[in-house]
Amino acid sequence: MRIVVLGVGNILLSDEGIGVRTVEKLMRDYVLPPEVEVIDGGTSAMELLEDLGHADHLIIVDAVCSGKPPATIIKLAGAEVPVFFRTKLSPHQVGLSDVLATLVLMGEQPGSTTVIGVEPQSLALGMELTPAVARQLPEVVGLVRSELSALGMNLAARV
Amino acid sequence: MGKRITIDPITRIEGHLRIDCEVDGGKVTKAWASGQMWRGVEQILLGHDPRDAWTITQRICGVCTTVHAIASVRAVENALNLEVPLNAQYIRNMIITAHAIHDHIVHFYHLSALDWVDVTSALKGDPAKTAQLAESLSSWKGNSMHEFEQVKTRLGAFVGTGQLGIFTNGYWGHPAMKLSPEVNLLATAHYLQALDIQRKANKIVTVLGSKTPHIQNLAVGGVANPIALDSQSVLTVERLLAIKGWIDELADFVKNVYLVDVSAIGAFYSDWTKYGAGITDYLSVPDLPLDTKGTQFALPGGYIKAGDLASHHPIAAFGDPYFRDGVEESVKHSWYKGGKGALHPYKGETDPEYTDFQDNGKYSWVKSPTFYSRPAQVGPLARVLNMVAANHEPTKKYLQTVLDTVGSLAKTTIPVSALHSTIGRHAARAVSCAVQVDELDKQWGLLMANIAKGDTATFNKPVFPKGEISGVGFHEAPRGVLSHWVVIKGGKISNYQAVVPTTWNAAPRNESDVPGPYEAALLNNPVADPEKPLEILRTVHSFDPCLACAVHVLDPDNKEVVTVKVL
Repeated sequence: MRIVVLGVGNILLSDEGIGVRTVEKLMRDYVLPPEVEVIDGGTSAMELLEDLGHADHLIIVDAVCSGKPPATIIKLAGAEVPVFFRTKLSPHQVGLSDVLATLVLMGEQPGSTTVIGVEPQSLALGMELTPAVARQLPEVVGLVRSELSALGMNLAARV
Repeated sequence: MGKRITIDPITRIEGHLRIDCEVDGGKVTKAWASGQMWRGVEQILLGHDPRDAWTITQRICGVCTTVHAIASVRAVENALNLEVPLNAQYIRNMIITAHAIHDHIVHFYHLSALDWVDVTSALKGDPAKTAQLAESLSSWKGNSMHEFEQVKTRLGAFVGTGQLGIFTNGYWGHPAMKLSPEVNLLATAHYLQALDIQRKANKIVTVLGSKTPHIQNLAVGGVANPIALDSQSVLTVERLLAIKGWIDELADFVKNVYLVDVSAIGAFYSDWTKYGAGITDYLSVPDLPLDTKGTQFALPGGYIKAGDLASHHPIAAFGDPYFRDGVEESVKHSWYKGGKGALHPYKGETDPEYTDFQDNGKYSWVKSPTFYSRPAQVGPLARVLNMVAANHEPTKKYLQTVLDTVGSLAKTTIPVSALHSTIGRHAARAVSCAVQVDELDKQWGLLMANIAKGDTATFNKPVFPKGEISGVGFHEAPRGVLSHWVVIKGGKISNYQAVVPTTWNAAPRNESDVPGPYEAALLNNPVADPEKPLEILRTVHSFDPCLACAVHVLDPDNKEVVTVKVL
């Protein structure tokens, strides 16, 4: 089994970097089993084809504008994910949605895809998360861990 | 006055670019290029340790990660006058060329070919006739009838699902689409094969850079790859041999597929050699340094004025004053506080001052750079023309191959001057890619030979003086000249400016109100149907636009981000 946890976003635009900050913390705090690959995808797209191909499960962490209050955490799974990606949801024209569509074309799409999103409070220039979003970081990491644990992967904390 | 067309954003690119055109009598009569996002990331760097700048600059953009890292370390090295060990140069050169090959293949097949290739028409192509055509052009192993049959079936199934995915935004059936179903099938098959082959280039970057999309192995003063041929954790013989295998596969594809496809598409669209020239002042910088000081390069660079190759002025070394002193940026038409005229990047200011879109005033977040007060086109065409002017034999050879193939298919002679065009930029990109793939192989050989001599040095330690120093790092990136300019005071960054390739090409009007390369290239561009301005996209996409630092927020309520608005 191969599970990919992909954090995406631009760490130069404060809360836009929540996905990357999440995977950084995950890698820093936990021992990862060989079946779990954790990737800091930044704002890349086609460069990720190789890493995302043939994954059994894909967990994406990203900033998501859903109109909810800042720092709200959302989770999308199953049928919600394709709807979510059908329109161009990202200003990156060759973004994540295109990578996933390309994987479908190549017959290498992930077995399941889950999106964990956080509503940003600010997208201003800066390398720090806003305090409201930063406070959610442990919970976002916890959500990723419970997703992994539902797939039979329990992460041990680093000592 | 004609019709006003606004395309916002231009599809299939990185970032937010808006193009406005006035169209009269089926032609573009006026054009504006506008960057719709503020690119102020340089301000983040102020006060940081110059040794860390590259890790931050490679986050500017998701496509150009490595190139901003390379330009950044070079800027700091230039400020310190720091030499870089040969092994480090070769390793960097391999990352640079592998990245460029990846970028060019992806741009042609996945980001721009669909402006010319009608995927839905490929479903009507006859696999036997396609194979016959393909075999007359190239000996590529993926050109069999069986292969084309499979692609047709796969594509039919994909289209049959009703979800076109990556093909959703194409202008299928547009009157400007001219290829036969067989050529469309051929190109679509290669589109799919290219998806596979581009991974090999990416693997080379991953192994050498320790990781992608963000490489980890750079350092001001060299690279962090320890070389120990018998160790598991570092650059070993085994890893180097794997890289050689990928290089060979890439070379096969680039020479027998990419170069041939560009020639064939060019021949069928030879009328596009008449459109899209725009600014014919061409600027490129030398790259792939072969010595520790950066005075000798595998690929030459320089400046050509007004399309005249005889006017070529070489740029000779890192920090060459001819380059360093020639660059300025104007904000007269950009959303920044100005009034001081065009400024040199060491003195550059980035204070936002947003107004509305003003046709004759400010209308873009992109600054307008000039070289000795004139706008310049950068990118593969500038690179290839400067290398031809500098008598670079491999470039001349591959360019001639393309011109001959196009000529024989179009049954006419194609002169070098045909390159000053929309389709010429695609041809030049393929030529550049072929040159780079040979060079990647050579750099691999140089690294192996140097290690065999017993040299395992990869790093010179930087030492920062107390006073103020400044430096420029340039890099001939896939999209053209990239320069990072740094001022360091007491070991901390006190000013930082990145003049990126798309800044040159997507520049708004400059201090003297002269339009930038996109704007100039769009004049007289045909537009058959203002509702479906495919021809405008062709010309803009031929530059391979990449507006860095776009945000990446998912927006579930935004049903349609891509809008074509006809006013």
